[in-house]
Amino acid sequence: MIPEIGHFALILALCLALCQGILPLVGAHRDDAAMMSIARSAAAGQFLFVSISFGCLIWAFIHDDFSVLYVANHSQLSLPGIYKVSATWSAHEGSLLMWIFILAAWTMAVARFSSDLPMKLLARVIGVLGLLSVGFLLFALLTSNPFERLVPAAIDGADLNPLLQDPGLAIHPPLLYVGYVGFSVAFAFAIAAMISGELDRQWARWTRPWTIVAWLFLTMGIALGSWWAYYELGWGGWWFWDAVENASFMPWLVGTALIHSLAVTERRGLFKSWTLLLAISVFSLSLLGTFLVRSGIIVSVHAFATDPTRGFFILAFLSIVIIGALVLYAWRAPALDSDVGFGLFSRETFLLLNNVLLVVAATLVLLGTLAPLIVEMLNGDKISIGPPWFEVAFLVPMIPLIFLMGLGMHTAWRQQSTTPIIKLLRIPAIGAVVVGIVLPLLFYGRVGLMLAVGCIAAVWIVATSLLQPWRSWRRKEGEAGITRSALGMSIAHLGMGLFVIGVTVVSAFGVESDRAMREGEIIELAGMQFEMREFREVKGPNYDAIEGVVEIRKDGKYLATVRPQKRQYLVQTSLMTEAGIHPSWNKDLFVALGEDLGGGAWSVRIQYKPMIRFIWIGAFVMALGGLVAVTDRRYRRKDVTP
Amino acid sequence: MNRFILPLVAAVVLIPILVLGLRSDPTALPSPYIGKPAPEFELPTLKDPAKTIGTANLRGQMSIVNIWATWCVGCRAEHQFLVELSEEGSIPIYGINWRDNRQNALNWLAQLGDPYVASGFDADARVGIDWGAYGAPETFLVNADGIVLYRFTGPLSWPIWEQEFVPLIAAGAGR
Repeated sequence: MIPEIGHFALILALCLALCQGILPLVGAHRDDAAMMSIARSAAAGQFLFVSISFGCLIWAFIHDDFSVLYVANHSQLSLPGIYKVSATWSAHEGSLLMWIFILAAWTMAVARFSSDLPMKLLARVIGVLGLLSVGFLLFALLTSNPFERLVPAAIDGADLNPLLQDPGLAIHPPLLYVGYVGFSVAFAFAIAAMISGELDRQWARWTRPWTIVAWLFLTMGIALGSWWAYYELGWGGWWFWDAVENASFMPWLVGTALIHSLAVTERRGLFKSWTLLLAISVFSLSLLGTFLVRSGIIVSVHAFATDPTRGFFILAFLSIVIIGALVLYAWRAPALDSDVGFGLFSRETFLLLNNVLLVVAATLVLLGTLAPLIVEMLNGDKISIGPPWFEVAFLVPMIPLIFLMGLGMHTAWRQQSTTPIIKLLRIPAIGAVVVGIVLPLLFYGRVGLMLAVGCIAAVWIVATSLLQPWRSWRRKEGEAGITRSALGMSIAHLGMGLFVIGVTVVSAFGVESDRAMREGEIIELAGMQFEMREFREVKGPNYDAIEGVVEIRKDGKYLATVRPQKRQYLVQTSLMTEAGIHPSWNKDLFVALGEDLGGGAWSVRIQYKPMIRFIWIGAFVMALGGLVAVTDRRYRRKDVTP
Repeated sequence: MNRFILPLVAAVVLIPILVLGLRSDPTALPSPYIGKPAPEFELPTLKDPAKTIGTANLRGQMSIVNIWATWCVGCRAEHQFLVELSEEGSIPIYGINWRDNRQNALNWLAQLGDPYVASGFDADARVGIDWGAYGAPETFLVNADGIVLYRFTGPLSWPIWEQEFVPLIAAGAGR
């Protein structure tokens, strides 16, 4: 009964989404206040019914209702409780429903927190979001109904893919989706502006916080995914340039560009058409990412099962959204551009460079991701583009970006005179060069070109981003302190610096060794001894495992014990690697079991990963910066409606 | 005015690429051995480690070589088909039991039926690597001269068999 309620609620949500998508837009066109005022209540109703539907699916998972096909395929009686909940979004149907739920929640948030928006703009924004909801609801109801029954009901389920039985993966997709879907708000604002033909600085002030919030969730989602891949896939890498990782990374790059371009539009009323184009692109790339993951056109560890009807549906939807938006853009954007000038050496220039470099980076990632598809179409060859290509292609725009970042942060709007900025940045610049070369020599005893470039860049960003908060902290009585917005920017850039430190040090000084080990054997790596004390059998709730007990010592002194496991999941009969990691702030010691080589020996991978935590800490600091920035006074509402 | 149309042009170029991408199957992998002699191998058989099976056994008639393992879910899915195919008796099926445990493999055949003329036991995956195996199950069609005609990755079924293998076998036999 409950699944039918869920299904029915989803159909009602579609009806309300149709009202929400059509009536307010028509109302705004006709200047009909009654029709426009439907926007809010329709959005609230849609959210209510989508929530009921999503709740019903979660209910079916918690109560092991294996008469529902989707539940029977992705859960199992002995699955631990928290994974029964997270199994809801572990595959296509459920995660699509979650996507719809998050979209409805964003719409609700816009309706709730935008009471200072002009009625027409609000009606158009909610209307566009409603049309997007219609698309996704149709997609779910026509091709991917999560409530489909299984007759006769299964006695037990097929279990959740063991790769996904992990706390990191339980929250990685929701965070990622909040980010992806959140960009639909920026998209809706862009469409609304193009329909009305009005785009002013006020518009940018309304759009920007929504974009930053979406971006900060996406940042956390990607970081969490990378962290999960690091400890769960057993290779010890943190980014693989996998097609689906790229699919989440492209919206991030363009979203970052959008935040910066919105800053220019907000402060100076410039870059209007460019901001619109970025807002369209970032959401289009989010949709493209969904398409790549769900159509199965690209082979990836993340890809869901192939189903051509779904692929065609999402592609048709994607085409309508993108082409519709871009036709509107080609028609309306020319009228919006303004011709206010700015000096060559000004913050505008730096933000323009930031945008160009980020978009170039995103384009290169897009090319690398789609190149195998294109080549196969041209001459039928299978090629695969891997990390070596991406690493080089990606660094080309990134290195200048990182150096320009420190400079751009301290450059004034309109026109910057050179003398004061040289005076201001002289010490950080010299400091970065000296510290960037000396530190690796001191701690790791070696320095090279890429290493020096990375370290100098990292120290440079850290120093320049701390400059403004530092001066604010030491300011004289009566002087204005740093705004939340500027503080947020400083924190986010500091996060970028920490990230660069992590990437540089771990790629220069990370050491790994793959060897066969028997009980009692010792391997020496990075000045530490790893002793395999024993192999033992361990029983989990739904798996059996072989566990290696590895004691790590440094110069004979006990350091830590790690317990890498090889798990055999009973229902899905698949083998999983659970790495044993001894984490600390400045290094990870990573041990993973490979294969049973027979005769009591296992292949073992041992890795020493200095500073790797900085990669994820950096990403979370970036997200924190976004959070601080949206609390700026100018984004908070002054008027409170009764 | 022109530059505002460029993004639209880019999208119009990109979308057909995605449409065409939808039609191709990303899991279909060409084998470098198609049209070439099958890689030489000689393995102890699963049932009797004293006996061996190898490239020599493939000569003289059209056969299929199936790479399988008990840990592989796809192999379980196609097993029923293989048993039915062997009962039909139109073509000999050779197995390469890949990265597996001998006892598990023997239990599996005892339980689910043994469609294979013989299975080679390839515990350390050497032969699998020579054949360019990408994952189990994989199936190769080898003609009477020991030339690889076709490779299929993933679980077999009757529709796939009729569509992909039967025409090649008919063409090979008519030659």
